[in-house]
Amino acid sequence: MKREIPLFVCVVSALAMIIAYYSPKLDWMDDMLQKWFLIIAVFAFILGAISIILVNGNRISKQVPGWGYNVVLLIGLFVTLGLGIFGGIDPKTPFFYIFTYIFTPLSATMFSLLAFFIASAAFRAFKAKTWEATLLLIAAFIVMLGRVPLGELMWSWLPVLKHYSLNNLVENWIMGCFNTAGQRAILLGASVGLISISLKILLGIERPYMGGE
Amino acid sequence: MLEKLANLDRRIIFLFVGLAVLIPIIFPLGLPNAVSQPVQNIYDFVETIPEGSLVFISFDYGPSTKIECEPMALAVTKQLFRRNIKVVGWALWPEGASMARNVFDVTGKEYNKKYGVDYINLGYKAGGSITIKEIGEDIRSTFPQDVDNISIDKYSVMDGVKNYKNFKLGVSVSAGVPGLREYIVVANSIFGVPIAGGCTAVSAPEMYPYLNSKQMVGLMGGLKGAAEYETLMNYVGDASKGMDAQSIAHLLIVLFVIMSNIIFFMQKKK
Amino acid sequence: MLNRLLVLIIFAFWAMPAWAQEAAEETAKDVRWFNPDRLPNVIGVLLIGFFVFWYIIHAQSGKKLFIRRIAGLNAIDEAVGRATEMGKSVMYITGLADVDDIQTLASLSILGHVAKKTAEYESNLLVPCCRSVVMTTAQEVCKEAYLRAGRPENFKRENVRYLTDDQFGFVAGVDGIMVREKPAANFYMGTFYAESLILAETGNATGAIQIAGTASSSQLPFFVAACDYTLIGEELYAASAYLSGEPKQVGSLKGQDVGKALILAAIIISTIIITFFPQTHEFIKNTIFKS
Repeated sequence: MKREIPLFVCVVSALAMIIAYYSPKLDWMDDMLQKWFLIIAVFAFILGAISIILVNGNRISKQVPGWGYNVVLLIGLFVTLGLGIFGGIDPKTPFFYIFTYIFTPLSATMFSLLAFFIASAAFRAFKAKTWEATLLLIAAFIVMLGRVPLGELMWSWLPVLKHYSLNNLVENWIMGCFNTAGQRAILLGASVGLISISLKILLGIERPYMGGE
Repeated sequence: MLEKLANLDRRIIFLFVGLAVLIPIIFPLGLPNAVSQPVQNIYDFVETIPEGSLVFISFDYGPSTKIECEPMALAVTKQLFRRNIKVVGWALWPEGASMARNVFDVTGKEYNKKYGVDYINLGYKAGGSITIKEIGEDIRSTFPQDVDNISIDKYSVMDGVKNYKNFKLGVSVSAGVPGLREYIVVANSIFGVPIAGGCTAVSAPEMYPYLNSKQMVGLMGGLKGAAEYETLMNYVGDASKGMDAQSIAHLLIVLFVIMSNIIFFMQKKK
Repeated sequence: MLNRLLVLIIFAFWAMPAWAQEAAEETAKDVRWFNPDRLPNVIGVLLIGFFVFWYIIHAQSGKKLFIRRIAGLNAIDEAVGRATEMGKSVMYITGLADVDDIQTLASLSILGHVAKKTAEYESNLLVPCCRSVVMTTAQEVCKEAYLRAGRPENFKRENVRYLTDDQFGFVAGVDGIMVREKPAANFYMGTFYAESLILAETGNATGAIQIAGTASSSQLPFFVAACDYTLIGEELYAASAYLSGEPKQVGSLKGQDVGKALILAAIIISTIIITFFPQTHEFIKNTIFKS
């Protein structure tokens, strides 16, 4: 039964959703199942919270190296949760201040790391090792400089090329033509793979949701 | 020496990038921005929408990507308000509701627009694609209340609004999923509402197939897209100011790549 | 078995809440049983599905099918082996999406294989998760893998843990683990967004061998630049078949290839029609693809 029930639920819901996609009359089945998933997913947050408390609590009690971070995490969790529940989340509440003055700058900091990492990855990996890599490198230079005003200015200094539009080269040729073709190839290949894996899940050949196989 | 340069400490690279971003912010260069066609298309489309019509904006980004996405949302909202078009905002990301609040506070004041009459913030709704589909069936059951938990029936901007048919255009400013792609797949493909959008520069290449197949009106890609929109709107906002820093940073990365290739070829020769 | 199924069906219908019926009445305004606009879609899916299904049956007959070598998947054993030699952990990230994303399911399949290897080599496996449902599933996948490897006692449930649903909060958490515990092998399989490079570069800085796999096309360049091996798009979906080598799974890959050949043929024919026969193109557009 431990194997049959999940498989049954998977097959029935998958078939219901496939049928609903093609049949407007049975569209309600799709809505219903999606709503069920949403409800279950909300309850899953409790699972997450329990996991955080157990794992971090355990590390604090054992005083493993770096347990101070676990203390900070648990304090952050309970303080934010408590303030949100008891003080509300509207502007000028303590929760709002935490969101605006702690969470927002911290998130922005993490995102801005991307600029630094792009530079270090480019320095290390972008090498003209082959003919194809050289072509990619030239295209990357044109796009990088073509996407900023300084690049447009530098283009206007070039003797012959300045008569051709850099914007046209970047937007219509590199991005609109070559990039789109590559994106579509990956998208189509991935979509066929998706159909195949979905079919395998539907037939019960692949059951990752049941602990592999 | 060559070996040392080839394995340059990443912290030195980080230092240069930091300076390349910081110096142009302190001493702006004021470089002009050329407008690309995908951005021009959004601007032109908005110009054709009659006054008093409704447009929705979905704020699908959070604080982390605010710096890149907010200038796009601000520029589009300003154009909509300038043309006296009513705006309904909502969010598919939890933090999106407060992002919408920021944008409406700034633009509403600037164009003297009244909350509930000229614009409304419906807040956040979980569900991604499911929510987008639900709005197409009945927006009132999806968002019975606005962001402050007040019934939407009390606001004149929502009078007679039922689903996507009431909107002349949908704009999704997104930093990931759910976002622009989901609006194209569901709101445009199933319900036929024209969709325009803005996304982070990292995700922009992924959107070009949809742009090419005309499933979207236009696209603002990253800070550059926002800066172009600001140029069209004739003002210098955060995006335009940021373009100087981005220009120098891009140039620096190109120089780093050239340097690493010179080292690579010299090592190969040796 | 049949009785059990019957009980389940009755239970499912009994448990269906009343609002579902209301929703049915409300959304059943369109009374058509089939949406003709989706005919091309259904034909395409049925055709590809048929070939996948046909090759699965064909493979079961015992005929050996060829699969091209996928370097990234061959390197899994090497990466786990290296971590064991160094006495360090292996870290596996299932991506940022929930279990309703097929990429996450494909990733969980690969996790099963990686967990089996770490169980065999007796090395430590860390699986920080961004979604709590994924965490529960991943725990089951790992537990099952350790059981199959004959080392159930080595499975540590707390190593498969939930961090946060927030994108950059998760990145901060994972980067912290990388910097503190310095895993010798990092796997990034599943759906990733802007955080991909931050994760991969941090992993690179800690000196780990890194294998990534995603169908998120805008993140592929970052993984290619910062990781040792990258599974591109469909290779992620093909991984479970490649790793298990089961005839049924391998057959599905062959079916996939035929599906791709069909799409390729359709693109070439469409290009010829659009370029040289615009009137025929208009006719097809207005009849078959009128939506």
